[in-house]
Amino acid sequence: MSEDFNDNKTIQAQSSETISGGGSGLSPDIDYVRPAEIPEQDLYHGHSFITKWVFCQDAKVIGVQYFLLATFTGIIGLILSWLMRLQLGFPGLAGFMTAEHYYQFVTMHGMIMVVYFLTALFLGGFGNYLIPLMVGARDMVFPYLNMVSFWSFFVAVGVLLASFFVPGGPTGAGWTLYPPQTILEGTPGHGMGILLMCISLVLFVAGFTMGGLNYLITVLQARTRGMTLMRMPLTVWGIFTATVLAMLAFPALLVGALMMTLDNVLGTSFFMPTILKAGEVLEYSGGSPILFQHLFWFFGHPEVYIVALPAFGIISDLISVHSRKNIFGYRMMVWAIVGIGALSFFVWAHHMYVSGMNPWFGFFFATTTLIIAVPTAMKVYNWILTLWRGNIRMNVVMLWCLGFIVTFVNGGITGIFLGNVSVDVPLSDTYFVIAHFHMVMGIAPLMVIMGAVYHWFPLVSGKFLDEKLGKWHFWLTFLGAYSIYFPMHYLGFIGVPRRYFEMYDSPYMTSAVGMNEFISLAAFLVGAAQFILIYNIIRTLKIGKPAGHNPWKANSLEWLTPTVPPEHGNWGERLPVVHRWPYDFSVPGVKEDFVTQTTAPSEIAGSKVEKT
Amino acid sequence: MSDPKIEGYTFKPGFKGMAQDTGSDQTMFKGVHWGKAMMWIFLLSDTFIFSCFLISYMKGRGSTLIDWPNPSEVFGLHVFGVEVPLLLIAIMTFVLITSSGTMALAVKYGYEKNRKMCGWLILATAVGGLIFVGMQAFEWSKLIHEGVRPWENPFGAPQFGSFFFMITGFHGTHVSIGVIFLFIYAYKTFKGHYDEGKRGWFTTMKGDYVEVEILGLYWHFVDLVWVFIFAFFYLW
Repeated sequence: MSEDFNDNKTIQAQSSETISGGGSGLSPDIDYVRPAEIPEQDLYHGHSFITKWVFCQDAKVIGVQYFLLATFTGIIGLILSWLMRLQLGFPGLAGFMTAEHYYQFVTMHGMIMVVYFLTALFLGGFGNYLIPLMVGARDMVFPYLNMVSFWSFFVAVGVLLASFFVPGGPTGAGWTLYPPQTILEGTPGHGMGILLMCISLVLFVAGFTMGGLNYLITVLQARTRGMTLMRMPLTVWGIFTATVLAMLAFPALLVGALMMTLDNVLGTSFFMPTILKAGEVLEYSGGSPILFQHLFWFFGHPEVYIVALPAFGIISDLISVHSRKNIFGYRMMVWAIVGIGALSFFVWAHHMYVSGMNPWFGFFFATTTLIIAVPTAMKVYNWILTLWRGNIRMNVVMLWCLGFIVTFVNGGITGIFLGNVSVDVPLSDTYFVIAHFHMVMGIAPLMVIMGAVYHWFPLVSGKFLDEKLGKWHFWLTFLGAYSIYFPMHYLGFIGVPRRYFEMYDSPYMTSAVGMNEFISLAAFLVGAAQFILIYNIIRTLKIGKPAGHNPWKANSLEWLTPTVPPEHGNWGERLPVVHRWPYDFSVPGVKEDFVTQTTAPSEIAGSKVEKT
Repeated sequence: MSDPKIEGYTFKPGFKGMAQDTGSDQTMFKGVHWGKAMMWIFLLSDTFIFSCFLISYMKGRGSTLIDWPNPSEVFGLHVFGVEVPLLLIAIMTFVLITSSGTMALAVKYGYEKNRKMCGWLILATAVGGLIFVGMQAFEWSKLIHEGVRPWENPFGAPQFGSFFFMITGFHGTHVSIGVIFLFIYAYKTFKGHYDEGKRGWFTTMKGDYVEVEILGLYWHFVDLVWVFIFAFFYLW
């Protein structure tokens, strides 16, 4: 087996190595970086197709696997949303659509998009690909565990999709899976559907825990020489903090799912109160449905930030690179990420204002919720101040960044409305809420994903995605998404209730029908526009323009690998040595407008910034 | 505890040292093995799982309208014509805590490269765990025999059965997984895998006695959780 591993002799020991100044007259001491503390990582190099591409232990391949599977699941979620919009805009047009189907599609759309698409894509996809590269590690610290993590996710997705084919179909209880209705007769998928959903969630949490441990320990314990926490790109900070949240929030979901399974299969009454069904008392008694809501939202609210924080981090890097300016207030950005993460554990009950609670309790959660607006607003200001007087490249990546800022501010402001109990109670059951959370945690993170795809695709494949197609993709998505969700705010204000299969003969029908049709048409268009990206990717892989090394002239380590795309082990013979943060753009006194993280201070002697 | 020797790095005591370690490059926890750091974070996550279970239990018990059964009667044992409350649990707890002691000794002998002692102590820990699981199985069967089920309970609130079986079952699963790993590790220790640095069966990583300590962390955690379950179920 030993031939599978790096022969230690071929990798030169790096202890006590210093980079000497290039005759600049400065003391070589300013280039000093402490010698390596940790020995070279022992890596398993796959030889066969199976060990290289299927059960692969390379974090980059695992990242791409996560990305592809999450995208596949996301497309299913997209198709479900089309079907829902078809029903809402043009009731009765799709003959097969019953109320049961509608609720099943709502449930699966929600769960897929939040957990199996966005979470898996940001943490599993970008996390795996970028963390080792950005902190200068050869791989994740536990490559085997990482591989198992992906395959647990794979099985979780399989179980989830299997629920479409069991008797009764998938669960139709809404993505929040509130008991008692989840497991009572009359709710679609009350037997097998919810069982498979719970099993799938448990598998997802188990798989995610394995991956999450990897991300955390890689960031904490496997950075390269000179890479301090405060020199990490904000992308890593975002993913790192989101992973901490996930490690502490997913346990609540796991416990909720297990207890729900027992209620469903064994007939326990954790969440089930005494229930009368058609005048007959069911066997359940004494359970508390509110308990599930607490467990679910103790997971559910941090989950929002599990999606949002990586997005914040990635967007900060993209904006900085493409406006050729250092990120404004780096430390403030880091502390804002950490602060939002910590606060996110104290706001969960704002999802439960309508469940009924002590007014003081609601007051507390409204206060904490509104406090989150402070660090979030700081981040928005900092993005704008980074753009301010920057040398902005108006390319597709920048378009997605600007689109993100606009949609995020828009969704965030409606969040301030809904964070107040007295405003939330009348709006809670309307389309206003749909508009709010789709703007803030649907469209905004999606914009980041798209920007990140256009930004990092040259690294993953070595080729540029087509700009022209990218611009079509952006404008159709951006304007289309606004056409979908902006009118929904209005629908909410006039009181159109959400979760309804159709509006029947209510007076809302007359005033909302045209708008519903318009929203549906826009939704079809936006969904279809996403296939431009898939076409673009396939086309680029065939005939794309080669990108070469560091095409965006970025500073962070992932662009500085000896080969593009990076090979297993990332760095060739020597690990990079880091001397500065990744945001030294347009430094006065330096010829180029960027100073990479590996540039030694003596190489840029006389500049305004020598060491950061 | 002495700080590890790291070239070019001077440790500082106390809070300043913590700030310096956090602000330094490469690692935050100096000289801490990756696997050990991972186990600590995993245990933090697992703590949240058990906390959720126990908080749900408190909520369930606090809000029930039917009386909760008296634990010292339900868990009592009839020995030699005398009713002894909590006898079985007392023995179970004693066995598990003792196995924590043998585990700690195994870690000590492991780092001293005393292969034999380390192996025997891991084996002793595994046997302790096995006895614990066996006694738990006995307790479960006794309760089931008396009519306690996850969905009903002749002594009072039905939630008693639900929470009891779920939480002790979840904890018992933890112990069982630990016992399986203890047997594997005992085998690997006796075979000298940790002395030779033999590569693992699945992970292909080189063996080291630090693995014994990592498993030890897990084992102590499982014991600690038992103390909480003991307090909340049997003494409340």
